[in-house]
Amino acid sequence: MEIYLDNSATTKVCREAADAMMNMLTNNYGNPSSLHKKGTQALRALENSREIVANSLSVSKDEIYFTSSGTTANNTAIFGAVSANRSRGNRIVTSALEHPSVNEAMKRLEQQGFEVIRLRPDTTGAFSAQELMNAVNQRTVLVSIMAVNNELGTINPINNIKTAVRRANSPALIHVDAVQAFGKIPVNPTKAGIDLLTVSSHKIHGPKGAGALYVRKGVQLQPYIVGGGQEKRLYSGTEAMPAIVGFAEAVKNLPDIGRELVEIRSLRDNFVREAAKIGGVHINSSPDALPYIINMSVLGIPSQTMVNALSEAGIYVSAGSACKKGHRSEVLKAVGLSPQRMDSAIRISLSRYTTRQDMEETAEAINRIVERIRR
Amino acid sequence: MQEVILLKDGELALKGLNRRMFEDILIKNIRQRLKASVGEFTFTRSQSTTVIEPKEEYADFDKAVDIIRHIFGVVGISRAAKCEKDIGVIKKTAKEYLGDELSFARTFKVEAKRSDKKFPYNSPEICNEVGGYLLSCFNHLKVDVHNPEVKVTVEIRDNHAFIHGNQLRGAGGMPTGTGGNAAVLISGGIDSPVAAWMMAKRGIKLTAVHFASPPFTSERAEMKVHELLKKVAKYSGRIDLYTVHFTEIQERIRDFSPEDMFTVTMRRMMMRIASEIAEKNDCPALITGESVGQVASQTIWALRCTDDAASLPVFRPCIGMDKNEIIEISRKIDAFDISIQPYEDCCTVFTPKHPKTKPTLEAAREAEKSAWDSELIKKAIDTAKHTAIF
Repeated sequence: MEIYLDNSATTKVCREAADAMMNMLTNNYGNPSSLHKKGTQALRALENSREIVANSLSVSKDEIYFTSSGTTANNTAIFGAVSANRSRGNRIVTSALEHPSVNEAMKRLEQQGFEVIRLRPDTTGAFSAQELMNAVNQRTVLVSIMAVNNELGTINPINNIKTAVRRANSPALIHVDAVQAFGKIPVNPTKAGIDLLTVSSHKIHGPKGAGALYVRKGVQLQPYIVGGGQEKRLYSGTEAMPAIVGFAEAVKNLPDIGRELVEIRSLRDNFVREAAKIGGVHINSSPDALPYIINMSVLGIPSQTMVNALSEAGIYVSAGSACKKGHRSEVLKAVGLSPQRMDSAIRISLSRYTTRQDMEETAEAINRIVERIRR
Repeated sequence: MQEVILLKDGELALKGLNRRMFEDILIKNIRQRLKASVGEFTFTRSQSTTVIEPKEEYADFDKAVDIIRHIFGVVGISRAAKCEKDIGVIKKTAKEYLGDELSFARTFKVEAKRSDKKFPYNSPEICNEVGGYLLSCFNHLKVDVHNPEVKVTVEIRDNHAFIHGNQLRGAGGMPTGTGGNAAVLISGGIDSPVAAWMMAKRGIKLTAVHFASPPFTSERAEMKVHELLKKVAKYSGRIDLYTVHFTEIQERIRDFSPEDMFTVTMRRMMMRIASEIAEKNDCPALITGESVGQVASQTIWALRCTDDAASLPVFRPCIGMDKNEIIEISRKIDAFDISIQPYEDCCTVFTPKHPKTKPTLEAAREAEKSAWDSELIKKAIDTAKHTAIF
């Protein structure tokens, strides 16, 4: 038996994507920059993929740039935006709960003399629109905030960013890391007035090795990776065609977002009801959070022990966030969890392949582990 | 031009009447290790030197040199160019083979060893010829006979001439196997791999015993132990690892012995299990990474209680070392970065808040007795998982 509930770390590649990739690996293996037939054939696949990703975000095809991951897209957006905008100011507004690929970039910019304002979250992990208004000023060059938090599933009010920037009469570019939101809730950068938006392939049943950055037409970014000039010079390096085509195929196969949300919410609510019957269980994610992510604490059982014990039972979840080992989660700290709750926090993350039975068995397994380990 | 490795007898850290036996073991160790990861080599002994040559032309020579340098018992080796016994060829080979080294050096000297007395030039003449030629090729060089940055050695042997630069340092110590066998208790921390390495340096062939307590410890902790032992095996050769499933025993100790005696009791049971696994594997001794006073279980009182349960002598090469000294060795053998990966090991599972630092022998025996379960111990020994680490 295998129950995979670590879908916020990565997902299983869907059949259609795997098939499309195999074709790219064995038949359509040319370099899109080559001028012969083989190259042209690859170029068609590349541009076709671009169109698919663009359509899913309701943006135009030439606003999509492929990168090799969510991390490289975030780095490209952040470093690219501030270097292009340097003369206009040196303030950056972000949140205290960003993914390391944003947070570490911010630390580097601080060392370079930028003033980085980190919005404090409320107890659910969301930032307040008011604080955002206060933080953005005329010298602000970039606002970068994630759409959905990767550890708690908290949904941020990203539609308010544009208003804040406009009111402050700020030249700031708006970047949104939508890696956890893409394919799960509606993401429409044009409507929300977002300039730069990151999505990733391997969180939506595409392969690892592909991400994309939406760059609103007219926005100038300074490339931080230079080389052969691929992706209109923004992200050099021979395009990872199998990964990109797999990404597009995964996007094509995304289910109807609204219908799927209803389904997942019902799975989550049932699970939470079951889990609540186990003593000492606390749900750390807010009820309004993305239902794909359930962060919970089982008091008295260290996160790693619970992960190991579930793993023995063939159930795969993660301790806090899979990107960090052995450290207390900054995110859980920021929302004010007690040390006991932080040290016993696990993250269960669902996908469209998760079944009711999977969730029931997981609740039962947690119950068994609690009985065995708690003295 | 063909490259070879010269291993000098005088460079083996050996002494006394067993010398020949030690040498044979060392050569056997080197042969095995090269065969496992690079390929077949020939070993030719003559006049206190073993010439090691790859049988295949495209063998990874750099890798072979790296492997030999790390084998215990090798104090130093030279990588040399083999060429025709003709003074013109020798000069040219020296220039070509040592060109890189000489371009970056300021001073050098040439030394000649002539075992073939029929060679038309005697040693001082060879030095003059080769030295003069090299000076004419690298005009920035100066001769320094006392402290040269590069010492060029020309050896004229029966069939060939060999040319080499500075000698490379080896790992030293004694050839693995000359000191018998011992079983090391390995946790995944900093100290036990260092202890294992130190004892292996004295020629001891290692068996390792690791205690795993899933789900309290993760698979990553076991992988970490494998990685650590690989680092040690680079010096010591093959290590047979036994991973003991320790969870039930630990749970029993937690449930049946006094909380402040938990660690001492656990250590005693580990010693018993390790002693038996050691005996089964022909190891007359145990090795641990303990160092006096480092933690509650490593006070001399606690160590006495632990030793009481071991049926074999326990060697603790780190016993009088400071943490910094241990870390220095850990870094030297490239184990430190692995050791500090944050995965729980079984020693940190269920640790009491206030363990007894001065347990009495009587109390320790009593605590162990209350948690004792021969069936569980037997099962742990019988089900230990064997992995060969290279």
